[in-house]
Amino acid sequence: MSRKGVSFSIKEINSDLAQFRDLTVSIGAVTRERWDEPVGPTPFPSLATLRSWDHRLLARYKPFYMPFCDLCCLCTYGKCDLTGTKKGACGITMPAQQSRIVLLAACVGAATHTSHAREILTHTIETYGRDCPINVGGTGVGVEAPITRLVCGIKPETLGDLEPVLDYCENQITQLLAVTHTGQEGSSLDFESKVFHTGMIDHLGMEVADIAQVSALGFPKADPESPLADLGLGTIDAKKPVILVIGHNVPPAAAIVDYLRDNGRASDVEVTGICCTSLDMTRYSPKAKVVGPISWQIRYIRSGVPDVIVVDEQCIRTDTLFEAEKIHAPLIATSEKNCLGLPDMTHEPADAIVAAFENGRLTGALILDPEKVGEVASRLVLAIAPKRKKHGGLPTKHQLTELAKKCTQCMLCRRACPNDLPVPQAIKLAASGNLSALNELYDDCVGCGRCESACKLKIPVHSLIIAAADRQTKAETFCLRTGRGAIQDVEIRKVGGPIVLGEIPGVVAFVGCANYPKGSREVAEMVTEFAKRRYIVCTSGCAAMSAGMYRDEEGKTVYERFPGAFEAGGVVNVGSCVSNAHIAGAAIKIASIFARRPLRGNYEEIADYVYNRVGAVGVAWGAMSQKAASIAAGFWRLGIPVVVGPHGTKYRRMLLGRADRETDWNVYDARSGETVYGGPVPEHLFIAAETKEEAMVMIAKLTMRPNDTSKGRANKLANYVDLHKRLVGGTPPDVYRFVRMHADIPLTMKDEILIHLSEHDWKESSIPDPTLLARLVHAKRGD
Amino acid sequence: MPMTDSWQTAEIPGPKKASLIMKPDIADAMIRRAKRPIMIVGHGIVEYDVDGKPLIECLIALARKAEIPVVVSASTNKEFLSREFEPAAIMSAVDISSRLTDPEWKGLDGKEPYDLAIFVGLPYSMEWTILSGLKHFAPGVKTMSFDCVYQPNASWSFPNSTIKDWAANLKGIVENLED
Repeated sequence: MSRKGVSFSIKEINSDLAQFRDLTVSIGAVTRERWDEPVGPTPFPSLATLRSWDHRLLARYKPFYMPFCDLCCLCTYGKCDLTGTKKGACGITMPAQQSRIVLLAACVGAATHTSHAREILTHTIETYGRDCPINVGGTGVGVEAPITRLVCGIKPETLGDLEPVLDYCENQITQLLAVTHTGQEGSSLDFESKVFHTGMIDHLGMEVADIAQVSALGFPKADPESPLADLGLGTIDAKKPVILVIGHNVPPAAAIVDYLRDNGRASDVEVTGICCTSLDMTRYSPKAKVVGPISWQIRYIRSGVPDVIVVDEQCIRTDTLFEAEKIHAPLIATSEKNCLGLPDMTHEPADAIVAAFENGRLTGALILDPEKVGEVASRLVLAIAPKRKKHGGLPTKHQLTELAKKCTQCMLCRRACPNDLPVPQAIKLAASGNLSALNELYDDCVGCGRCESACKLKIPVHSLIIAAADRQTKAETFCLRTGRGAIQDVEIRKVGGPIVLGEIPGVVAFVGCANYPKGSREVAEMVTEFAKRRYIVCTSGCAAMSAGMYRDEEGKTVYERFPGAFEAGGVVNVGSCVSNAHIAGAAIKIASIFARRPLRGNYEEIADYVYNRVGAVGVAWGAMSQKAASIAAGFWRLGIPVVVGPHGTKYRRMLLGRADRETDWNVYDARSGETVYGGPVPEHLFIAAETKEEAMVMIAKLTMRPNDTSKGRANKLANYVDLHKRLVGGTPPDVYRFVRMHADIPLTMKDEILIHLSEHDWKESSIPDPTLLARLVHAKRGD
Repeated sequence: MPMTDSWQTAEIPGPKKASLIMKPDIADAMIRRAKRPIMIVGHGIVEYDVDGKPLIECLIALARKAEIPVVVSASTNKEFLSREFEPAAIMSAVDISSRLTDPEWKGLDGKEPYDLAIFVGLPYSMEWTILSGLKHFAPGVKTMSFDCVYQPNASWSFPNSTIKDWAANLKGIVENLED
């Protein structure tokens, strides 16, 4: 295993043997090899190493570009009109420009995760040492870093071993970003290949980040029964001093928890969070509380409940300082990536910083030392909370009605709303004292605040919605299972067979942001439906919170109702954004541990296995960010399809298969070497669904794989047909495409499906041993 | 508000913008001129009435009179089936639209490519992006938006309209087709 390079300089040395002056010695790396698996064909792949694999996928799933802008404005030749077949001044076409923008977005996402990983790794190495052993699950996890092993071909054992992985990520992201410069790549498909490469690098960065924090910070280690944590505004004791942390980088929040505990004040202060920092904070201390997804930022701050706000990095509203000042809450910024124009107080004594906040000389400060943040935030909240008296920014009912009366029904708020919510109509009703319509908007509102920015009369429209839903927000008392991190090897061994054979109908991962078309509830409903149907359901990030924000008729959230194990019917919260690596890692481990495919630097073969045999689907129902784009891209390269909500078309392109073109679906039968029809499975690699109903039927369909046994295919078809009948109406019109032989037909649906097959000139075919890689044909192995 | 502003304020179109359907005759002429029209219907249609009846009934009448195959997305199918109208296909809006960009695709019935695609009832931004895809990559397909708001990436679109004016236009289109 490679270690960081060593270099030293000698100004002058005199000995009996020789004299040296200005001698510099550099050793590139120290190697300590403890992994006897032979290195595969593609360790540390560069931009074009896996190009042929990407192009195989892209030949099936051709991009459907939907330009979000008809122009290119990235250089001073422009703006260039690229409408239709027009070219830009540099010669670029519209398809290439769209894929170029997709690559840019993916690079932003991958850079963000990798930069976050670097923060975490640097912090944990500084605190715990380079030789701190990696431990993501004790003896339960033998393959501790499946993506790192697969992509880099190394087996990390200590935190220091993760450094060359991040060096590689940073190198690749730099090169990928360079691809987007004017006059570089000109082919849309080669841009797309590089998008896939970016996604793979992104997954690597995420894996490093979560391995480091799980190993060093004492998070749950692959624990299916990780503790439950409080979730929702109603769980917070607003009588206590309250700290709010927002973002993704947990060390400052962890330092707050430590300081309060070490000073005997843990029970006196509520430590609450929004977005992934809150998820990771509950992994550090399950007594911390999760307020909700990123869309809860304005509504929580304006409630006046938080007394001190601490922000780190990613997905934080850039007007948080402005919002904090409105409620007289001090704000502490903790990341070089997010300084907010604040004075750098990193090297000032904690006493002086707290005093400056207390006497009003400071409303915000930049502190780039997590330990100091912990002390300052903790002392400050205790000092300032009694003075603030929970000063909030929401109108009373009387004020709300008076504000509503000012509305001229110009419709600009509705035209600014991403979900086209009927805001003017609700305000009109509120002007008469009836707040019910405004209250109804609360669930579907994504909390962006664009309605307020649009209002020419400066009516605080978003505040009206929150104020009208006051009773509802106080009733938000839910829970979620804290992120468990990795999946244990023993779990993989148990479910590997049933997944590959299709007896467990699929693995469905609900991930990503909260830009939902109709609120969080839809995520909870989808999670419940698939868990009830005995799929393995994974959650992470904001989607993990949304899944927990509703209770069933027995008053249980999905985390109380379903087990946290990676098994049929489990709801497995892996953790924050960077924990998504464990979902990809589980698919890789099925190939490695269950199927015993060589893992080390062997990307194509493992991806080919996952693509043809592991019925996994990612669902990013509220995908919003560039990070979501890079996460999705990492799954695409592994051959795992991703479904997004209707806002997902704004990612500018889909990757869609054509079930009607039979030759698109040919595979090699590894047993015979013949090219055979494998069926249109999975039918798409990236698709936006218009409604929850469409998404659920699509998810069930996309779990099918060419390798399914008849028993497994029957199970998957039964779910697909049943969901289609219930949510869409009637038997799916394309069932005949997925039935290969009579044994594939679900027994309870035999009569109707036989009629359907007879209407489509159906003929029985065989089940191949499918692969897209000629070199994996068994006959050729011996050649 | 101006009739040709995007309904969602920030969805500024490019240089090529939709022409306006100011009178039913315009849409009627486009439909009559088309050799192979197709209609793609999203779930938003259930929100509106035309002349006291659900919008879907107006669309069914239009589809029957002009013999336009209807592609529906997901749960919208049930609304059609309950009115004894069998859609030509149930497909996701992006899937059918992607096929429209393929000049080799012979349509749902395998006969010949479509030359007019009418969209109605999709979420605004989703329809906006899909129509953008067709504007750029389906030169042989004219597109029309039958929504009550302006869709700049269509070939033809209603302006931002009151529900009353829009409903009258839709009703007029159906009535004209009877002539």
